[in-house]
Amino acid sequence: MSLPLLSIKDLWVRFGNFNAVKGVNFDLNHGETMALVGESGSGKSVTALSILKLLPYPQAAHPQGEIRFKGENLLDASNERLRKIRGDEISMIFQEPMTSLNPLHTVEKQIGEVLTLHRHFKGSQIRERVIELLGLVGFTDAHERLQSYPHQLSGGQRQRVMIAMALATEPSLLIADEPTTALDVTTQAQILELLKILQQKLNMALLLITHDLSIVHKMAKKVVIMQKGECVEAGLTKSVFKNPQHPYTQQLLNAEPRGMTKELDQKAPIILDAKNLSVRFVRKSALFSPKAYFNAVKDVSLQVRQGETLGIVGESGSGKTTLAFALLRLQESEGEILLQGNPIHHLKNKSLRALRHKLQIVFQDPFSSLSPRMTIAEIIGEGLKIHHPDLSFAQQEELIIESLKEVSLDPETRHRYPHEFSGGQRQRIAIARALILKPQILVLDEPTSALDKAIQVEVLELLRDLQVKHHLTYIFISHDLKIIRAISHHVLVMRQGSIVESGPTNVIYENPQHPYTQALFKAAFEL
Amino acid sequence: MEVKFSPLTLKRWQYFRANRRAFRSLWIFLTLFVLSLFAEFIANDKPLVIVYNKSIYLPVFKFYPEQTFGGDFETEADYRDPYIQEKIEAKGWMIWPPIRYKYDTVNYDLPTPAPSKPNYENLLGTDDQGRDVLARLIYGFRISILFGFILTLISSIIGVIVGGVQGYFGGMVDLVCQRIIEIWSGLPILYLLIIMGSLVEPNFWWLLGLMLLFSWMSLVSLVRAEFLRARNFDYVKAAKALGGSTFHIMFRHVLPNAMVATLTYLPFILNGAITTLTSLDFLGFGMPPGSPSLGEMLAQGKNNLHAPWLGITAFFSVACMLALLVLIGEGVRDAFDPRKVKV
Repeated sequence: MSLPLLSIKDLWVRFGNFNAVKGVNFDLNHGETMALVGESGSGKSVTALSILKLLPYPQAAHPQGEIRFKGENLLDASNERLRKIRGDEISMIFQEPMTSLNPLHTVEKQIGEVLTLHRHFKGSQIRERVIELLGLVGFTDAHERLQSYPHQLSGGQRQRVMIAMALATEPSLLIADEPTTALDVTTQAQILELLKILQQKLNMALLLITHDLSIVHKMAKKVVIMQKGECVEAGLTKSVFKNPQHPYTQQLLNAEPRGMTKELDQKAPIILDAKNLSVRFVRKSALFSPKAYFNAVKDVSLQVRQGETLGIVGESGSGKTTLAFALLRLQESEGEILLQGNPIHHLKNKSLRALRHKLQIVFQDPFSSLSPRMTIAEIIGEGLKIHHPDLSFAQQEELIIESLKEVSLDPETRHRYPHEFSGGQRQRIAIARALILKPQILVLDEPTSALDKAIQVEVLELLRDLQVKHHLTYIFISHDLKIIRAISHHVLVMRQGSIVESGPTNVIYENPQHPYTQALFKAAFEL
Repeated sequence: MEVKFSPLTLKRWQYFRANRRAFRSLWIFLTLFVLSLFAEFIANDKPLVIVYNKSIYLPVFKFYPEQTFGGDFETEADYRDPYIQEKIEAKGWMIWPPIRYKYDTVNYDLPTPAPSKPNYENLLGTDDQGRDVLARLIYGFRISILFGFILTLISSIIGVIVGGVQGYFGGMVDLVCQRIIEIWSGLPILYLLIIMGSLVEPNFWWLLGLMLLFSWMSLVSLVRAEFLRARNFDYVKAAKALGGSTFHIMFRHVLPNAMVATLTYLPFILNGAITTLTSLDFLGFGMPPGSPSLGEMLAQGKNNLHAPWLGITAFFSVACMLALLVLIGEGVRDAFDPRKVKV
């Protein structure tokens, strides 16, 4: 076989004294797809960025190694040469389509810029090619889309525009850095399908960076698995998946949420009952003209029994978080909410605050939900100070230690600050903060989606154990259907603020009725 | 209890210390400020200690009639009078401060008509009323800094409260407060001060009050923006879900965010306050006549161009003071810069 298109030999990347990448090797041939897999911080993005030398030099350095593209060492290439290669022979698409498009430029201008720079196209030539490209990435109304601005497009459409930009010069290598992570499941499936078709059509090589193994399975012929800057396993996807050698690979492949929760006691009392709940936001308000509203949650009714987990599933913007906030009375809403049979929807601040300890919440992002200026003990003990001000310092300390033990954290670490903990540990701290008040209902707003796969499973198991131990009721919000299946008794599927389907978990998962639910499940499980 | 700083605060302090220009400026400024607080012991027309007839007298703190030292009158002893000095020396001794002039002491014993040149007796010369320039400088520096500090402190407290309430509650409260501030900030401050100056005799507290009416607005927009941003943070929502009272959440969770911006601004606000006082004094609408003030010294320098020591002293002291504060402010700003100091 001839020279590989891209060949990385013993690549090292160093930031100051920290080695982000330690000796990575791989080859990529023409027209091939390879996946670079690893958890956050494993050095996969850094490896990809160093191919185009997009790292913040001189803080970053390559003490060793070479990156040969068509035989040319890119690490030695001049800036001028690199500019020619970037976007022309090697293109890149990024994770967040919202921030990687310039909000002030139209679609035509953004894509056209690449053509002017690299192909020196002029006038009508540009327009023709842009329309052609938009058609290629699946826009049926390419002519009308030319003058659209990024904010007028949906997330999936933006990612399509990004792909069109990347393909404008027909590169021989496309680097896709988590191209679908920020997208909903159904859109994710479409984008991956598109990438696959385009790759075959244009015969380009695709370097896919991802943490999602199901994507790798579907897309890539070869796979490189990275951990802590080192390449732990590499080979053909099929054989690696079938017969993983390295323990880390095995752990990754096994890190799928499994199992079921304990059977629900059907006679358990209904603890939370919401009737005809609606939330609307003022979209436009002007003096003397009627206000325009946006209905985030429309007429939702639900019931949760003690000890039950209610899973709420939906894509972004479906109103699931807003619904949870309304249930907690953190968001103004219309309708009735009964907590243990007592209405709480009309309570005012003071009487509501006294009830707050019964309803607690764990947020999605464990980095933003803990105040960086407080120690762990202060964060966890805050609720105690509010609801049990009569407790002595020693008693509070005892409870804090106990709750840290409960979430399997070392109580000795309680005087540290949040930044000294990893994402998974922070999420445990957030859970401890909620549990110390002995709540009856715990709302979990995507508690695992900011965590790596292996950690997700651990947190999920912790939550299941705690539920059994304390007869907790969970309202579990997630877009990840596998996680929902592993933890909930009951599922609500939401779309555009309304419930489209609800029922016991096994019934819904085996036999979804609504077409939207069917589409959602198809995208999630057949990827 | 031991005071514990968060690691972020410690890092910021270390970063500030590593900025040697700012750190030295801080030390120089603090030394000068502390020294000027004891101005009465450095520049005074009364001795610090007198031992007379085997008993100790402290004229700086206490009033002693001339008769105490064998004089003729019941008025306070004029310790600069050679006659009294002779009387005291005869039966004891006295320790003078390094500079034997207060800010309003007139040296009647000048070699040339006032303003007279610097000499060993008046190290920086005298002004056009025969008063020692160095003594006036020390007292003037103290008043300027104290005025600046008090004004900055009170206007920051008011500004943080107003901005916090606006940002945290938002909506109608915010809207109304913003409009009031817009109208209020449109008032011509200087004219108001001039008009008020013709109605009342402006003293330190009057000036402070008048300037306070307008200076509290400088921080409002900044703190308001921080509160607007922070009220949607997850940990603020979490505190709400924990059942914290509004005051608790504002004070414990949101305010620390706003403090970064506030502290960064403080040295510059202080600078502004000092400059305003100086310029009012320069124009003659400031402190009452006779009080030590850098602005008044500048005005004298302008009126007495043949006595350059007046203008030069005033210029250099104001320039150095403002430069020190700006350098400190720069250091504080960098130390609080989230891009430079990370956890």
